Amino acid sequence: MDSYAIIGAISVLGACLCMGIGSLGSALGEGNAASAALTAMAQQPDEASRIRSTMFVSLAMLETTALYSLLIAFLALYANPFWNYAITQ
Amino acid sequence: MITFDFSKLWDIPVINRQIGLESFDAIRLISWNDFYINVTIFNSWLVIALITLISWLATRNLSTQKQVSKWQTALEALVLWLQQEANETSGSRTNQYLGMAMGLFCFILVCNLLTFIPWFRPPTASISTTMALAAIVFLAIPYFSIKNAGIKGYLKKFIDPIPLMLPMNVFSEFFSVFAMGLRLFGNMLSGVMFASILSAFVPFVAPLTMQTLGLLTGSIQAYIFALLAVVYSSSVKEEIVPEIIKT
Repeated sequence: MDSYAIIGAISVLGACLCMGIGSLGSALGEGNAASAALTAMAQQPDEASRIRSTMFVSLAMLETTALYSLLIAFLALYANPFWNYAITQ
Repeated sequence: MITFDFSKLWDIPVINRQIGLESFDAIRLISWNDFYINVTIFNSWLVIALITLISWLATRNLSTQKQVSKWQTALEALVLWLQQEANETSGSRTNQYLGMAMGLFCFILVCNLLTFIPWFRPPTASISTTMALAAIVFLAIPYFSIKNAGIKGYLKKFIDPIPLMLPMNVFSEFFSVFAMGLRLFGNMLSGVMFASILSAFVPFVAPLTMQTLGLLTGSIQAYIFALLAVVYSSSVKEEIVPEIIKT
């Protein structure tokens, strides 16, 4: 295999693994947060609006880790710095 | 020598499969020697013009009488809603942040909602726009902190539990804002990418569902960006002595 094939294969594999493993923890965390918020809303319906707004903010915070891995996956697929190195070789 | 090239503006990016990170900023509409205006800047100007026009039309005939125009009612409802949300998340006295939060919210919301036009490339799907918006928040944090708690109160935040935490606090000051810009960029970019990748397989109905989901996430992101700007700006407040202790 020449360097083109190795870099391409590793990039795609790395992007897939990055997305799959990276989104796992974020998804679990968001599920926990949402279930806790739903429990709290069911117990105290009067405070539902405040809980909901806090839940959205915390969900967005939790989502950030998955988005980091998404950006890394995009970098590996579309803006891979090693392509240029392989082309100039 | 000014050259205009508006033909690319009317390409539908989904159909032409322009998938890639840099393709948004690389399309030059107006170029003059080394200076050029790309689609992102052009579209954000369009959005700013749209917001200005709507706000001007809505606030033209303000009244406090019983007869209130529909536009005024709508804008008042929007402002009151954001004020209420800001009060619920970060305590009282949030009116000072409301101008910044409302501006960020309106700009991001209009950018994100206009993605239902197939030709419109949202400016928020470019990292330069979102980082510029995050830079506004980054400058607003010390401004509001110093205004509320004085320069001593602001610097006290960095050595909050113990002075050993100083590098951590400085890092978190940078990265909390950096993550804000990155979050908006990632969300919008993933929406655009989803639609374009899906339309490469199923061109007709299937991308519609993802774009509808994109409208939902777009409005939630606008809400979150504005709310986080308020939360970070109000992280340093003057210490309020409870009434019972004072008397």
